[in-house]
Amino acid sequence: MITAERKPLEEILSLVEGKKKVLVAGCDTCVAICLTGGEKEAEILASELRIKAQQDGREVEVEHTAAIRQCEWEYLDMIAEKVAEADVVLSMACGIGIQSLAEKFSPKLVMPAVNTNMLGMPQEHALWLERCGACGECVIGETAGICPVVRCSKSLMNGPCGGSHDGKCEVTTPEKEEIDCAWALIWDRLKEQGREELMFVNRPPKNWSKSSSGGPRKMVREEAKPV
Amino acid sequence: MSATELKAGSNLEKVLSSGKFAVTGECGPPKGADVSVIEKKAKLLKGYVDAVNITDNQTAVVRVCSMASGVTAQANGLEAIMQMTCRDRNRLAMQADILGAYTLGIRNILCLTGDHMSFGNHPEAKGVHDLDAINLIRMYKDMRDEKKFQNGEDLDPAPQLFIGCAENPFADPFEFRALRLKKKVEAGADFMQTQCIFNVPKFKKWMEEVRAIGLHKEVKILAGITPIKGAGMAKYMKNFVPGMDVPQEIVDRIAAKEKGEPQQAEGKKLAVEMIKELAEVEGVAGVHLMAVEWEPAVPEIVEAAGLMPRPAVA
Repeated sequence: MITAERKPLEEILSLVEGKKKVLVAGCDTCVAICLTGGEKEAEILASELRIKAQQDGREVEVEHTAAIRQCEWEYLDMIAEKVAEADVVLSMACGIGIQSLAEKFSPKLVMPAVNTNMLGMPQEHALWLERCGACGECVIGETAGICPVVRCSKSLMNGPCGGSHDGKCEVTTPEKEEIDCAWALIWDRLKEQGREELMFVNRPPKNWSKSSSGGPRKMVREEAKPV
Repeated sequence: MSATELKAGSNLEKVLSSGKFAVTGECGPPKGADVSVIEKKAKLLKGYVDAVNITDNQTAVVRVCSMASGVTAQANGLEAIMQMTCRDRNRLAMQADILGAYTLGIRNILCLTGDHMSFGNHPEAKGVHDLDAINLIRMYKDMRDEKKFQNGEDLDPAPQLFIGCAENPFADPFEFRALRLKKKVEAGADFMQTQCIFNVPKFKKWMEEVRAIGLHKEVKILAGITPIKGAGMAKYMKNFVPGMDVPQEIVDRIAAKEKGEPQQAEGKKLAVEMIKELAEVEGVAGVHLMAVEWEPAVPEIVEAAGLMPRPAVA
């Protein structure tokens, strides 16, 4: 799923500064599952903004709503009335939802209340880990179902670098937690699968033009177009 | 060997091709617009090493670039091995830079992945990693031998390069490390320098695996040696430098001496002993001396190890 984290309250306040009618718009798909931007979190943020306004002696009207998916036009119709009444919409959807909302209701002011961070999975409760870089050319068939593009800190395509130690990457998280070396995981699982010869293949340079380096990407399904 | 059989004709290539035991050194460029640092280091090492690595934003810290510093070293009589990491350049820049370096007289190139940005002084930088080190070796080999750019376009004239790589015998998974060198050799590496060796038994075990797949006959292997300046440095490398394997007895041996000159003398003595021991290992074609910010120790170590005078190869 797409994961996101809420921006700090101070930053959110600066995005809506001076506005009298604020609508907090949640999205009940990915960001709801990662406990960041669903209807419940939209309600909480709206309350925080009201309390802060009260404390600061500002008169601000804060409403909240949520779309089932902010990234689809038809679901946005369902929140159109509330959007129309607001001076600014604080979207808690991922970057896709925020842009859909901004485009649908242009020139309405739409601000991001979250930072979209990755395509990840809930490894365990309250823990999400990055799993896909949407690189446009999936190689995990050769790498034991483990993505070297995002799970190797250097996106190496030909095995671990010299910094792999005891199955850990030379890089640690900003919180100084250890990260698994993707290529150590790949090596172990390929051995389990009896396919370790795949480690010995010299893979050519990756075609990054299929990734974001090729400019904004577009996908068309001719067969699915209305006749 | 006649000159026509050489790939680049560099001094390092000639020494290694003639079967003589090679000695390479290492120089880190300064953090400032100062040419004198490399000039001084080059003058210090000239005549004691066959070529010197010029590091490329080592440990992800910005310094004078390896191309300019390599040219400075060569202008001061010391052949350069220009280091190139995949961290800071994409394939366009890596091809443009090697063509530029070649036109300025650089003949030896060392292809590296590069330390991650998070270790350095610009941790917010975007890492490039367009290619990995194995792709980079292959790209330079194809530029030299196939006269092709990475995209397949013709390249004329081609740069004549002596292509190197690094390998860390102490990284994991251990059973893959010799095989990783094989990938680099297949990609086109002519020579290889190892990470600093302190754990000699483990290095020897790795060399057994290297010999078992015949790699020592296909690539010139230079064993990495770092003289230890003091017990503090030994402890730091043991505990904090990624991929470094420093056995406790090495730390203890240095720490047993008085701080300062006695510890330095012991560090140099240890380096000399290790060079002599590693030179006896079948398949080791030379040593790579990485005296980090301790270049003045190099002449003494090379002399004591019986590696002087350096061969004059035509």
